[in-house]
This record gives sequence, C-alpha cells and structure tokens, in this order.
Amino acid sequence: MQDFSSSFALAFALIGGLDADLLEIIGLSLRVSLIAVIIAAIIGFPLGASIAVIRFPGRQAVDILLNALMGLPPVVVGLLVYMMISRAGPLGWLNILYSPTAMIIAQVILIVPIVAALTRQTIEDLHREYDEQFRSFCLPMNRVIPILIWDARYSLLTVVLAGFGRAIAEVGAVIIVGGNINHLTRMMTTSIALETSKGNLALALALGLVLMLLSLTINALVYALRASAKHLAYA
Amino acid sequence: MLCALVPNTWLMPEIDKISQLPLKVSELCFSAGKKQLLRDFNLHLDSYGVTVVMGPNGAGKSLLIRLLHGLLVPDSGIVEWNGKSLELNVRQAQAMVFQKPVLLRRSVAANIDFVLDNCEPKSNKSSRKILEEADLYDQRMQPARLLSGGEQQRLALARALATSPQILFLDEPTASIDPSATRQIERWLAQVSASGVKLILVTHDIGQARRLASDVVFMHRGRLSEHTPAKQFFEKPQSSEAQAYLRGELVI
Repeated sequence: MQDFSSSFALAFALIGGLDADLLEIIGLSLRVSLIAVIIAAIIGFPLGASIAVIRFPGRQAVDILLNALMGLPPVVVGLLVYMMISRAGPLGWLNILYSPTAMIIAQVILIVPIVAALTRQTIEDLHREYDEQFRSFCLPMNRVIPILIWDARYSLLTVVLAGFGRAIAEVGAVIIVGGNINHLTRMMTTSIALETSKGNLALALALGLVLMLLSLTINALVYALRASAKHLAYA
Repeated sequence: MLCALVPNTWLMPEIDKISQLPLKVSELCFSAGKKQLLRDFNLHLDSYGVTVVMGPNGAGKSLLIRLLHGLLVPDSGIVEWNGKSLELNVRQAQAMVFQKPVLLRRSVAANIDFVLDNCEPKSNKSSRKILEEADLYDQRMQPARLLSGGEQQRLALARALATSPQILFLDEPTASIDPSATRQIERWLAQVSASGVKLILVTHDIGQARRLASDVVFMHRGRLSEHTPAKQFFEKPQSSEAQAYLRGELVI
C-alpha cells in the first residue's frame, strides 16, 4: 500500500518537476511508437483494404494468416529482428542494432498485422455499402481502394489507436533489439522492466502511471475526434 | 426553372438530343441458388422516353434494371445496347439512382466533385451549376448524409446526371420521400427526359407512372407480362395481372 501511495506521489513529482530523464524517456517512447504506427498505417491500410476489396484465390488463407499474426509474440519478433540486424545477420551492415531504428522496425512488424486486419474489417463494411454505386460509376479498382480508405478515415483512427496501444505498451521486442541503453534506447516500458528488476517498485509504478496517463490522453483525443466526425455523419 | 408537369404528357426530346442506345434483351435468365428469378425475358426499348417498370414485389423489377446496367451478370441471354454488349463505353453512358441514395461520407459539394474527378465521361457543367440545378447550392458545405431524404435523393440524381448519361436507371427513387419532394424530383425527371436522356424507372406508384411514363413494362414472377405504350397500359391493359394490379387487387 505504501508502494502505491509513494509511487503516486513520485509520479506527480516527476511530471510536475518536468524531470529531464523522464521527459527524454517519454519523448523516445512517443517518437518510436508514433513513427512505427505511421509506417504500419502506410503499409497496413492499403494491404487491409486490398484484401477487403479484391477477390483472389487464397484470400481466405491470407485473412486467417493476418488474424493469426495479430497475436505475434513480441519476444519472437524481437529475436528475429535481432538475428537479421546483428553483425552476423544478413542486414548487419546497416549497423542499426541497439538503436531507435531497430525498435521501430520491430514495432512495425508487430503492428502491421493488427492495422491490416482491422482495416480489412472496416473497409469491407464500407465497401459493401458503396459497391453497387461504385460499379455503376465504372470506377477502376485502383481508384476504389484510396477512396474507401479516405471515406473510412475516421473509423480507421480506431485502428491506428489499436496499433499505437500495442506499440507504446510493448516491451519484449524493443528490449531485445534496443538493449535499453540509457539516453539512447530507454523507453517507458523498458525502464519499468529495469526498475522492477532493481527492486525500485515505486519508480516503476510511477512510470507505469505516466504511461497510462499518456495512453488515456491519446485515447480521449481520438474519441473526441471520432465523436465530432460521427456528429457530422462522416464516420 | 423546372418545367411544369401535366399528367399523362410526355415530351418528345429534340431528335438530335436523343441517346443512341436502343435496348434489345433476348432470352434473359437469372437465378439465385435454385430459384429462378428471371425467365426467358425478351424486351425492346426505344432510346428515348420514360420506360416505367412496374409489377408486384418480387416480380424482378430491380433485378432487371441491375442486369440491364451490368451490375449483375445473367445466367444466359443477351443484353444489347444499340447492338453492343455491356462493354465499358456502353456502361459509362449509363447511370443509376438507387432507392436508398448511397452518398459518400463527404460534403454535398464533395459528392459532386467526386464524380467530376473520377468518372468518365466528364460533365461539361461545373459543380456549382449542377448543385444549382439540384437546388442544393446553399447546402453545398453540409455533410451529405445530414440532408433530408428528398435532398439526399436530389443529390444522388444530380451526381448521376453529372456523368452525362444517355440512359438513367432509377430504382424507386421516390419510395421513401414525401409528396412534395417526390413532385420536385418528378419535375426534374421530366426535364431530364425532355433533354434526351432515356429514363428507365422502377416504381410501385401508379400515379407516378401515369405522370411520367411513355411506355410501361409490367412484370410478374420474373416474366414480362406486357410492354405497352403508357396510354394503352392505363386505359386497356392486356394482361390479367396488370388489370388486377391497376384495380388495386393483391397480385401475388
């Protein structure tokens, strides 16, 4: 109980005092997760939309695979990325092991299946509604997909949010490829893991509270944006 | 701006404005699963005027216009527009307005711009002109899906006309709107028809058919019961099903 109260006090002291180390960790966590989510969206939106719209042999198998990949174990992804980018690996020459870039790559691999699978569902629903009208307009498929993504943009915010949630809370993969190096690759989740292993539970919990606060704020912002879009019948 | 509409009058368009796509349908069949929904359907339509497709529910009216427009592929039979099958340039000369307007999640103006930017052939009218004709210019910045039912259907019609169609299919466009909005759309349709666009209109509204039709296709259980000029259809229908339908009896 003492741990909880002291960690709350510590959390507020850290935030209120604008602790430089904490701000650096929060900044890196946000930077890595946001870049990973943006890249995942760039890959996942058209991928998911294509699976939703285009009929091709093996579509169902791709669908099943995508859903299965949503549950990718982060440590396995971390290990695979590590093997690829370590000095002995095929991409060792990139020299990105233990860097934020490596963490972004690992997170992108973890998030793309989530973004693509949820996008497929969202776009499929919208496509069902628009399909006859688009065929009546004789729209070619290469125009249909970007149009659907644009019209589903507010619904896809929830998809982005799900990806961001996974990225910001992820620890297994980023600790393997990032190494949790102070002032270089230390993120909120890896700090929490480190402080816990050191027995510094109050600080770990304080960081956890900051993480939850961040997540809550971003969720609230997206919810507000979606609510206003819904009010205008755009979502 | 919209021309006055007198019941039972249909204005012949000027000859040079008439679309060049007469329709010939031969032995058209369509089934869903084991149920045959359209059987041995034969039809010839002129490339001008307002053809009204009538019949009880389940007769296959909406199915027929979807087959004619190429949204569905028949099991067998031929659909030819001026001797051509439903190839891309034939389909691009057609447009369709659905019973429930499918509007994009965008503003009123963006719905028109979408067609002007993405569809062929391009209209020579500006977005502003199209919206003014639809009497929707003042609502151009509003979200399209927040318009009233009548306004939504006018926007859907304006958007369809923005593709400069020679043939316009209308699947019960006024089924869920009030009489005043219906009247406004009917006036507009009469004007569109007079400009040379061929209209193929599905409706249950006998009054609407009387006001707009130049000829009537009456369907029953996936078959053509009769295809006659409107005046003859309403004064002396040939088929017993059409006679019963016009008397207001239940036709099953």
